[in-house]
This record gives sequence, structure tokens and C-alpha cells, in this order.
Amino acid sequence: MLDLFGISLIFIGIGFYAAGSIGLLRLPDIYSRLHALTKADNLGLGILCAGLALLNGGLLYAMKLLLVWLLVLAASATTSHMIAQQALRRETN
Amino acid sequence: MGIQLWLMLDLVLSGLALGLGWAAVSSRDSQRSVVFFIAFGLLLAIIWARLNAPDLALAEAAIGAGLSGVLLLSALRDEPAAAAAGDMIRGPKALLVTLLSLALTALFAWVLLQTLDVADKVRMADQIAAQLPNSGVTNPVTAVLLNFRAYDTLLELAVLLAAVLGIQALGPARPPYRAAGPLLGGLIRWLVPLLILTAGYLLWAGAHAPGGAFQAGALLAAAAVMLRLGGDPDAGLPRPRVQRLLLVAGIAGFLLVGIVTTAIYQSFLNYPDGWSGGLILLIETAATLAIATTLALACIGGRPAGWEPAESGAVPTRQRESK
Amino acid sequence: MILTAELIYALTGVGLFGMGLRGALLRRSLLGRILAINICGAGVFLLLVAISYTGPGVAPDALPHALVLTGIVVAVSATALALALGRRLRETARE
Repeated sequence: MLDLFGISLIFIGIGFYAAGSIGLLRLPDIYSRLHALTKADNLGLGILCAGLALLNGGLLYAMKLLLVWLLVLAASATTSHMIAQQALRRETN
Repeated sequence: MGIQLWLMLDLVLSGLALGLGWAAVSSRDSQRSVVFFIAFGLLLAIIWARLNAPDLALAEAAIGAGLSGVLLLSALRDEPAAAAAGDMIRGPKALLVTLLSLALTALFAWVLLQTLDVADKVRMADQIAAQLPNSGVTNPVTAVLLNFRAYDTLLELAVLLAAVLGIQALGPARPPYRAAGPLLGGLIRWLVPLLILTAGYLLWAGAHAPGGAFQAGALLAAAAVMLRLGGDPDAGLPRPRVQRLLLVAGIAGFLLVGIVTTAIYQSFLNYPDGWSGGLILLIETAATLAIATTLALACIGGRPAGWEPAESGAVPTRQRESK
Repeated sequence: MILTAELIYALTGVGLFGMGLRGALLRRSLLGRILAINICGAGVFLLLVAISYTGPGVAPDALPHALVLTGIVVAVSATALALALGRRLRETARE
């Protein structure tokens, strides 16, 4: 039962990644693309990690995945901000 | 059903690898190629994980995708924009080269197909597994690197030292980056201690789990590169005198152990029984520091401020002014 | 010819080597050629690791893994040296 839930969470996470990739390819400018990518990075990875933790069980494993998710959140937030700032700077010059 | 799924995964991964490799090699401009190459490195890390090579996956993610990416992107900064576009040679010569490389690839593939089945599966895996309890560690890759083939690792550290000496001799470091804003500065403040801690853990865990000197050194180098990207021109490295000591620390550790074992046992790097684990950890610690300093200096791209400038014999004066 | 994982990845490695070779000969910029040679190297690594794969649950052959590990580190430092050489060539060509 828990396995089924985990697998469905993984598929939902993959769906978010697909949405983010389609957004990256189809959206017009860099800001909207960054917006689409954060969906993939934050939500998609979080749901994927939750599914993996459910599939594998074990508290230590789940804590490691949580730490991975938090690190990716921090890194992707910082890099998105910096990319957007640089793009804005380039536009106003 | 399980076999089919693994097969599909393998086909997808290898197809992606070929596609990304093609994109990295034949893209119109260099920037695209570099980005595809970084993505290729990450995909390769996943392929290593699928092929039961976790040590390689760690090293590829840290070095092949991370440090390599930083190196190539900062080299891209120097590359003039005019050379970036219109990159491939076209015409009849290009067609000839393409046909010849296709023929060579086909020849290699044919040889591979012939030998993959015929080759007697005498692999070192059995011998390594048999000797593993005597080696002092339980991770077979660490045992091979630091016990069975320790001499190769010593020579490889010498190759790294030669590369970094070449980089130092070729000119001053690339210009430093702007000081980090609050967001990047905050991220660096959190990540660098975490990276150092994880590097120490990987060094310790290399004896019984995937990890070891190379991965730990790569993580430390990543911490140094993060500091440099945040504005520190020295990338958090110590004074040049200490940097020089760190660069040779790996080779020095090996040689010290080798000289002592030669003096006692008349054979180079023949660890005495019971001491293997401790000696391996000692050598790995020295090697981690050496690899970290080497990779950090390689990513800085030249002589950081504080090393003596090349004297007049080597570098013409005009060069020094063209900083 | 059974399609095993070994075979798929080994052929991919050979293919990557061929692509890298073509790119190394046909690209004009130094950075492009360095990238192509790195792809060659990655193909060789893939070949080595593929032939050391022994099956899903079994421990793989550790010797090619050690070779590829040192290979990865040496490849990145050789790339750094090549880029430094290229930078220096450009600077001397400019005067």
C-alpha cells in the first residue's frame, strides 16, 4: 500500500519535471522560464524525494533526502535570483 | 518484466548520452556546447550509478559536471565572441573526416562485438575479492587505488602536480569576480562548512562505503571555487607557501610511507599486516588536501596573487603589464 | 547477439569516441576541440565501466572503476592545462 503511494508520488514528481521542461522550451522570455523551472526544481524534487522515502522506508534515508531537497531549494533559489538579476541588468543597459 | 524495464532504461540513457554528446560536439557556438557538456557530465553520473559504480558517480557529479563546468564557463568568458560562431569546418574535407571517423567507429564496434563474447572472463574481480580482507579496507575501489595499485595512484598524483605547475607557469590568474550580494553570500556561508564536513565524511567513509580521497578532494575544491565565485580572489586557500606544501602533500605522503616500508621490508609501498587501514587513511588524507588544492588552483586558472611573478627570463615585460 | 547492458553501454562508448574524434578534427575554436576530446575520454570511460559490469546484484569488477576514477581527475586537470595554454596562446598572438 505504501509502495503504491510512493510510486504514484514519483510519477507525479516526474509530471512536474515534464511541465517544467515544457515551460523551459516553450515560454517566451527568461523570467517566465525561470518561473517554470522552479516548479520542477522545488515541487517536483520534493514530491520525488517523498515518493523515494516512502518506497525505501527508514528514517535516516528520509532525513538524507530531506537534506538533499533543502540544499537544492537553497541553490536553485539563489541561482534563479542571480540569473534574473543579471538578465534585468543586461536589459536596462 | 524487470529485464525489459532495465533494458528500456539502458536504451533511454545511452540514447540520451549519444544525443547530448552529439549536441556538445556539433553545436553552433561554444556557449551551447559548454552547457550541453555539463548536462552530459550529469547524465554520465547517472549512468555510473546505474552501472553499479557509486564511487564514479560521486566523482563524476563533483568533478565532471561541477568543477569541469566552472572551468569551461570561466574559459568561455575569455573567449572572444567572434570565434564562437560558425565553428565547424564544412566542405569536402569535413565529409572525408566524417566518413573516416564513422569507419573507425564501425571498426571499433566490430572488434568490440567480436571480443565481448569470446573474451575469457578472467577478471580481476575474483582476485580482488579474495585479497580484500587483507587490504585493510572493505571498499574494493579504495583497496585497488591505495593498496593493490598504490604506485599508479602515486604517479597519478604526480601527473596532477605537473598539470597544476604548468597552469601556474603560464600566467597570472583570471580576474576575480565581484563580491557576492546578500543571497549568494548567505548561500556560500552555509554551503562551504557543509561541503568541508561532507568532504571529511567521504574521506573517512571511503574505507567501507563509496567515497575516498578523490571525491573528498573534489568537494573541498568545490568549496574553494564557491568562495572564489563569491568574490574571494584566493578562493579561501592559505598563503602561497602553505599552498605549495599542500600541493606536494599527496606525493610526499606516498613517498614517506614508501621509503619507510622500503627501509623495513625492502619493497616499496608494501604495507605491513595490520597497519594497512591506518596507512591508507593517512595517505588518503594527504592526497585529499593535495587534490583539493590542485583542482582549486586549476579552476583559478593561473598564478594567484602572492606567488612570485615569473622572472624576466621566462616572461617578457610587456606581458606583465597586460593584466 | 543478446542485448545486454554491457553491450549497449560499450557501443555507446565507442560511438561517443567517434563523435568526439570527428569534432576534435573539425571544430575551429580551441574550446570546442577540448570539449570534443573530453567527449572521447568520456566514451572510453563508458567502455571501461561497461565491460566491468557483472549484473544487477553482483559486485562489479573494481579495477576498471579505479582506472576511470583516476582518469576523471586527470582529464579535468588536463582540460584546465589546455585552457591555460589556449589563453596564453591568445595573449601572445595578440602582440
